[in-house]
Amino acid sequence: MSVLFILIGASIIVALGFLIAFIWSVRSGQYEDDYTPAVRILFENEMESNKNKDTITNK
Amino acid sequence: MKYAESTKGVLDKTKCYHCGETNYRLVRFDNKDFCCEGCKLVYELLSENNLCTYYSLNQTPGNTQKSAYSGKYFYLDNADIKNALLSFSDETQARITFYIPKMHCSSCIWLLENLHKLNTGVISARVNFLKKEVVITFLNKELKLSSLVELLADIGYEPLINLNDLENKKVLPNNKQRIIKIGVAGFCFGNIMMMSFPEYFSVGNFYDRADLKTFFGVLNLFLSIPVFFYSASEFFISAFKSIRNKYLNIDAPIAISILVIFIRSLYEIISGTGVGYLDSMTGIVFFMLIGRYFQDKTYETLSFERDYKSYFPVAVTVIKDKKEISLPVTKLKRGDRIIIRNSEIVPADSILVSESTHIDYSFVTGESKPVKKYAGELIYAGGKQLDGAIQLDTEKEVSQSYLTGLWNNDKESNTKKKESQNFVLKINKYFVFSLLIVALSALLFWVFMGDSSRGLNAVTSVLIIACPCALLLSATFTNGNMLRIFGRNKFYIKNAAVIESLTNIDTIVFDKTGTITHGSSVKFVGKELSEEEIRMAVSLAFNSSHPLSRKIYENNPEVKKLTVADFKEIKGQGIKGVINNKSVMMGSAHFITGHNTDKGSTSSKVFLSIENVIYGFYSIDSFYRKGILPITNELKKEYDIQLLSGDNNAETETLKQIFDNESDLHFNQQPEEKLQFIKSLQNKGHKVIMIGDGLNDAGALMQSDAGIAVSDDTNNFSPSCDAILDGSSFEKLKLFLDFAKSGKKIIVASFILSLIYNVIGLSFAVQGTLSPVIAAILMPISSISIVLLTTISSSLIAKSKGL
Repeated sequence: MSVLFILIGASIIVALGFLIAFIWSVRSGQYEDDYTPAVRILFENEMESNKNKDTITNK
Repeated sequence: MKYAESTKGVLDKTKCYHCGETNYRLVRFDNKDFCCEGCKLVYELLSENNLCTYYSLNQTPGNTQKSAYSGKYFYLDNADIKNALLSFSDETQARITFYIPKMHCSSCIWLLENLHKLNTGVISARVNFLKKEVVITFLNKELKLSSLVELLADIGYEPLINLNDLENKKVLPNNKQRIIKIGVAGFCFGNIMMMSFPEYFSVGNFYDRADLKTFFGVLNLFLSIPVFFYSASEFFISAFKSIRNKYLNIDAPIAISILVIFIRSLYEIISGTGVGYLDSMTGIVFFMLIGRYFQDKTYETLSFERDYKSYFPVAVTVIKDKKEISLPVTKLKRGDRIIIRNSEIVPADSILVSESTHIDYSFVTGESKPVKKYAGELIYAGGKQLDGAIQLDTEKEVSQSYLTGLWNNDKESNTKKKESQNFVLKINKYFVFSLLIVALSALLFWVFMGDSSRGLNAVTSVLIIACPCALLLSATFTNGNMLRIFGRNKFYIKNAAVIESLTNIDTIVFDKTGTITHGSSVKFVGKELSEEEIRMAVSLAFNSSHPLSRKIYENNPEVKKLTVADFKEIKGQGIKGVINNKSVMMGSAHFITGHNTDKGSTSSKVFLSIENVIYGFYSIDSFYRKGILPITNELKKEYDIQLLSGDNNAETETLKQIFDNESDLHFNQQPEEKLQFIKSLQNKGHKVIMIGDGLNDAGALMQSDAGIAVSDDTNNFSPSCDAILDGSSFEKLKLFLDFAKSGKKIIVASFILSLIYNVIGLSFAVQGTLSPVIAAILMPISSISIVLLTTISSSLIAKSKGL
C-alpha cells in the first residue's frame, strides 16, 4: 500500500501540470476571442493556394 | 421617385462589385461595375496589391464609400491625443486598438489582417471579430497615426474614435481572473473528491492505515488552501463589505459557511478526529463561481454605460493666430474660435460667428426639425451642424455644457435604484434568520442535555449543510440561462437584476421617433419626372428646413443641387423658387392645386408644380415598426401604455389608433421633462419601463425601473440603459415580459426544492450526526439537480413561447 504515496504524489504533479497549462492559456488570452482564429486558419491556407489564381482571375 | 426606380429596373443585375449597392450612376472599371468612385478606388488599391482574395471570400464585401474632406484625421497627430490612444509605443513601434463598427464578414478580417501589404509602415494587424476591434502594430516613424486611420477609412473601415477613448484607458476585464478562479476551484474540488472516496466507501483496510488517512487529510488541506484564499476571496470581500455596511447580502451566508467548514475541517484533520468537509467546501465554491460566471457573462461588445462622451468628437479645429489647428475637445477653452464642418457635432456651448446655419438637435431633444440659427445666437453642445463650415466662439468648456450638465444630473438618480427590491435577497434574509434560530436552538438543546461538544458539532453542521448554495444557484442559473435566451432573441439585458425589474412593471412608456417609428418612405406619385425635374424639386426642398422637405432631400442624397433664386417659404403652405428660369413650387394640396384633396389618408403629401404644371405629389409615410399595433394591443391588456415624444403632435391621428387615449400622448417633451414625467409616475407608485432610443431619452431611461433602448444597429448607437432591444425583435416585447415572469416562477419552484434538501440535511445536522459522506452526497446532488431543473425548465418555457 505504501506505493499509494508515490502514485498519488505523481498523479497530483501531473494534474498540476494541466492546471498550470490551463492558467497559462487563460492568461495568454486564448479564451478572449473564440471566433476570429477559426476564420483566420482558413485564410492562411487559401492565401498560398490562391496566389496564382488571383492574378489570373483579376487580369 | 419614379426615375430612379425605372432605371433600377434596367440595371438591376449590376450591383456594385465592391459594396453590393445598386445605384443608377455606375462606374465601369476592369469589367466590373462600381456604384461610385470611392468603391472603384478601393478596388484599384486592392487589385494593385494583389489583395483580390477579398472579393472571392464573400460577395460584395465592401462598405460604401463616403467622401470626407482631407485633413479630417490630422488631429490624431497631436501628441496628447496620440499618447492617449496608443496602447504602447517606443522609439520605433507603436500599437493601437481601433474599434471598427463596419467590420461585418470574414473578408473584412482578411483584408484588415493584410493591411501590411497596403502600407509597409504597418507591421501587423490582428482582428477580434466579436469585439469588432483590430490591434495594429506599426512603425512609429514611417507611418503617422493620421495616415494609418486615413488608410483604414480609404478601404472602407473607418475606426470610431471618440472622447471616451481619450479620457479613460480601457479597464482590463476581470473575466480572466474569474475563469482562473473557476479552474483552480475545479481542480482542487476534483482532487479532494478523489481522495475522499476511500472515506465515503470505507474501502478495504483504509481505517487500519492511520498514516494513509493523515496523508489524505493533509493533502486535502493543502488542496483546499488555494480555494479558500484565492477562489473564494470574492465572497469574503463582498460579505465583509456588506457586514460593515450593516446589512446581509447574498454572499454573507456563503462566506460564513465556507469559513465554518474550513475551520472545522482544519481542526478535525489536525487533531486527527476526522477528515473534515473540505470536499463540500470546495464544491460550494466551484458551483457558486460557475453560477456567477453564467449570470455575469454579459455582452462584451455592447455598452450599456455610454454617455455623451461616446458621441462627441475627439478633436475640434480651432483657429489660433490665423492658423487652423486641431485641439482635443477636452482642452477647449472659453473664447476659442472653432470651425465645425457639415454634419459634425458642436462639442461645447458656443456663440455662432458665421452668418447663419441649421442645427439639428434631434440628438439632444428628439425634435426632428432642424433649427435655424443666426450670428450671435447660442448653440448648445450636441447639436449637429447641417450647413457648410461655420465658425463659433466657445462659450463654455465641454464638461460644463448644457448637455453634459444634464448627464451629470442623471447619474445621482441612478445609484439608488436596484438591489433593494431584490427578490432573492428578501428570501435570503428570512433564510439566514431561520437558520440562525435552528443552529442556536440545536446548541441550546444539546447543552441542556449536557452534551456541549455535540452541540458545537450540531451548530457547525447546521451551518455547513444549510449553506444557501442551492438556494442561490437556482437564481443565478435561471437568470443566467434567461439572459442567454433573451440575447439569442436580440434582447440584450445588462444584468440579472434587470430581469427581475421586468417582472413587476405596470406602466410602459414609449418614445416616438426611432422607437415606434422607424425611418420614413418617400414616393413620388404622378407624372414621371426627368432627372432635371428631380434635381429641381430636391434643390428647392434643400432650401427649406421643414421636416417634410428634409425628408425629400434626405431621400435623394445623390442628387446634385441646383441654385435656387427667389426662394420663398410661405408658412403652413409651401415653398417656391426659380430654378433654371423655371418657377418651381412645392407644398400642400391647397397651395399647389387650389383645393384640398382626400383628408383621410395618414401619409403626408407634398405637391410639386413646375411652371404651373402640376406633376403630382411626394407621399411621405412614417414607417411604424412592424407589428406595432398587435404588440400594443397585447400590452394594453396588462399594462398602462403611454407615449412620450420630443416631436410635435403632427401624427396624433395615427398615434391615437395605437394608444387609444389622447391623454396618453405627450408631445414636445424636453429631455428634462421626460425624466420628470417618469419620476411623477413612479411617485404615484407605478413601476415603469421606458422604451426609447436617443440621447434625449437617456434621462428617462435611467430614471425608469427598467430602461430599454431600441436600436437597429446594436453596435452603433444606444444611450446608457438597462437593456438593449434590437429593432427587429420589437414585436416580441410582450413575449419577453411574459418570459421574465415565468422566470420568477421557476426560481420559486427551485427554491422550494432546495428547501426540501435543506430540511433533510438539517434533520441530520441538528442531531449532530452529519457525516462527511452525507454532506458530500447531499451537496452535489442538490446543486446539480437545481442547475438541471432551472436550465431545462427555462429553456422549455422559452421554446413553448417561441423564443
